[in-house]
Amino acid sequence: MIELTGIERDFAVGDETVHALSQVSLSLPDGDYVSVMGPSGSGKSTLLNVLGLLDRPNAGSYRLDGVETTDLPEERRAALRRNHIGFVFQAFHLVPRLSAADNIGLPMVLAGVAPDARKARVHEVLDSLDLLDRAHHRPDQLSGGQRQRVAIGRAIVMKPGVLLADEPTGNLDQHAGGEVVGLLERLNGAGITLIVVTHDPAIGRRARRRIRMVDGRIESDESGDAHT
Amino acid sequence: MRVVMRTPDLLSFALRSLGGARTRTLLMLLAMSIGVASVVLLTALGEGARRYVVGEFAQLGTHLLIMLPGRSETTGGAPPLLGATPRDLTLDDAMALLRERSILRVAPLTVGNAPVSYGSREREVTVIGATADFFPIRHLTIGSGSSLPALDPGRGASVVVIGSGLRRELFGSQRALGQWVRIDDRRFRVIGILGEGGESLGQDLDDMAVIPVASAQVVFDTPSLFRVLIQARSEDDIERAKKAAREIIRERHDGEDDVTIISQDALLSTFDRILGALTYTVGGIAAISLAVAGILIMNVMLVAVSQRVAEIGLLKALGAPERQVLRLFLVESVMLAAAGAALGVLIAVAGIFVLREVFPTFPIAAPLWATPAAVGVAIVTGLVFGVLPARRAARLDPVHALSGR
Ligand SMILES: Nc1ncnc2c1ncn2[C@@H]1O[C@H](COP(=O)(O)OP(=O)(O)OP(=O)(O)O)[C@@H](O)[C@H]1O
Ligand SMILES: [Mg+2]
Repeated sequence: MIELTGIERDFAVGDETVHALSQVSLSLPDGDYVSVMGPSGSGKSTLLNVLGLLDRPNAGSYRLDGVETTDLPEERRAALRRNHIGFVFQAFHLVPRLSAADNIGLPMVLAGVAPDARKARVHEVLDSLDLLDRAHHRPDQLSGGQRQRVAIGRAIVMKPGVLLADEPTGNLDQHAGGEVVGLLERLNGAGITLIVVTHDPAIGRRARRRIRMVDGRIESDESGDAHT
Repeated sequence: MRVVMRTPDLLSFALRSLGGARTRTLLMLLAMSIGVASVVLLTALGEGARRYVVGEFAQLGTHLLIMLPGRSETTGGAPPLLGATPRDLTLDDAMALLRERSILRVAPLTVGNAPVSYGSREREVTVIGATADFFPIRHLTIGSGSSLPALDPGRGASVVVIGSGLRRELFGSQRALGQWVRIDDRRFRVIGILGEGGESLGQDLDDMAVIPVASAQVVFDTPSLFRVLIQARSEDDIERAKKAAREIIRERHDGEDDVTIISQDALLSTFDRILGALTYTVGGIAAISLAVAGILIMNVMLVAVSQRVAEIGLLKALGAPERQVLRLFLVESVMLAAAGAALGVLIAVAGIFVLREVFPTFPIAAPLWATPAAVGVAIVTGLVFGVLPARRAARLDPVHALSGR
């Protein structure tokens, strides 16, 4: 359960202050599927960074599963990121020298999970992503779609409750993008809360709940069945 | 809940990062290994010099005291009064020393340069006036013929023992034993040739002639001795022999304390100290190259941090706390330093081996402290100079890092 109330995020640029987020309030139940759209610079990525505990709002409250996160020490926020949140980036951000399997296992390495448990879980994830035959390939030996699938595998390997994707199809062609969206929706079907930032209306429309941002504010927030 | 990466994971992650930037890693290893190798090699050379000098002194004679005419000023005694020239140190003075039980042998010496000739060949060499005991005291061996006769030292004899180099120059392939040579217009019969002794403390033993001390006093026209070598009976007797010798001379010189006695051991320990200090100094200077390597490591790690900004942002997004990122980068620098140090030790060992092969007589050897000290300093350097880049990495703002702005 995610609860944002009166979130403000300001950036000082020279003498001016940019209000990247102003008065954002939002409540997302577990298992929700949300798309965030809006013009460039409207604060979509900033919202996602706040939700992912990478960025701290200047004001407002953010409760994750009932825990107020805004005043937690950095160490605790890192632990929440590790265990409850998965990120998928437009630019994939895979570690180039690590194989697909090692990229997927990286969060567990950082969390100090024992090698045996790690191996079993990575195998499971690779299997579910249909990437078993690419396990030992390095990112530069994979296609864009495969890279993003590896990145998604890395995001879910710790079994987080929330998956945050910032333009996950931005670097992919239509076919690969469709595959990635399908995969994300499958994960959402299995219970994960999915929040996707996108510029593609076709993808945005698929979400159960569609948020539109303008100038750091939520302009519209529609729920209802996705129309085709 | 404190979650910490497992040590093997930490090491393998750092290792792969280093492996990912191979050229940079190799250059760093080279810099660090040169630093460590130069510390170990240079201190090994210093230690070799120390051992060499100690060995040379041992070869010079054991339990040795050297008596010179004239009071040494360095002991702080009153300077000799104007006109009070020291008395000569005479043959009788030297022989009187044998009264003392702690003194085993005495060799009165008169030394000078004189032309030695045979037929038309002539050479200017060091001529030493000595007694038969000179040879055992200085560990000199006779290659062929015989040593000086053990006669009354006051009696001269026209015999000479020559070095093998001098023999070659004067006689070539001819037989030298029994031949007569001229030393400063006096005739001496060659009765012995020194063994191939080589060199001793800069004195070329191959190029000298030894004649009875009384004959030398006539040749050089001096009643005084150049010095007296005194061999004590044992290690423990050295101090007693020194005191007794001084007492005997004072008695014979009307209560005047006018000789200087150097104990070889004192001389040796002085050299030992000087060369020991030199080794430390050289090692310290070489350690500067370690600091340079440390600064290089810092530079390289700073570059690595700025090249891996996105990766650091990712690690943080995946839930790595600051201190974990810090540790990852510190481990990388320490690994670089440690691997460089290991390589340096190998280079030094190889270098010492080669030097030993090339200069078999030079006792080169790294002092025991050098290798652990160099490796320790290298690792500490890696740690210290790794802190700044690692902190920079740990403090990166993940949003910024991931956006690539
Ligand atoms: N670190 C920063 N410093 C200054 N201004 C920033 C910073 N990050 C974001 N901004 C500003 O905040 C506003 C919102 O940025 P954000 O990245 O959230 O936009 P966005 O909706 O994701 O845009 P896009 O669709 O182009 O990715 C922009 O005006 C941006 O310039
Ligand atoms: Mg954005």
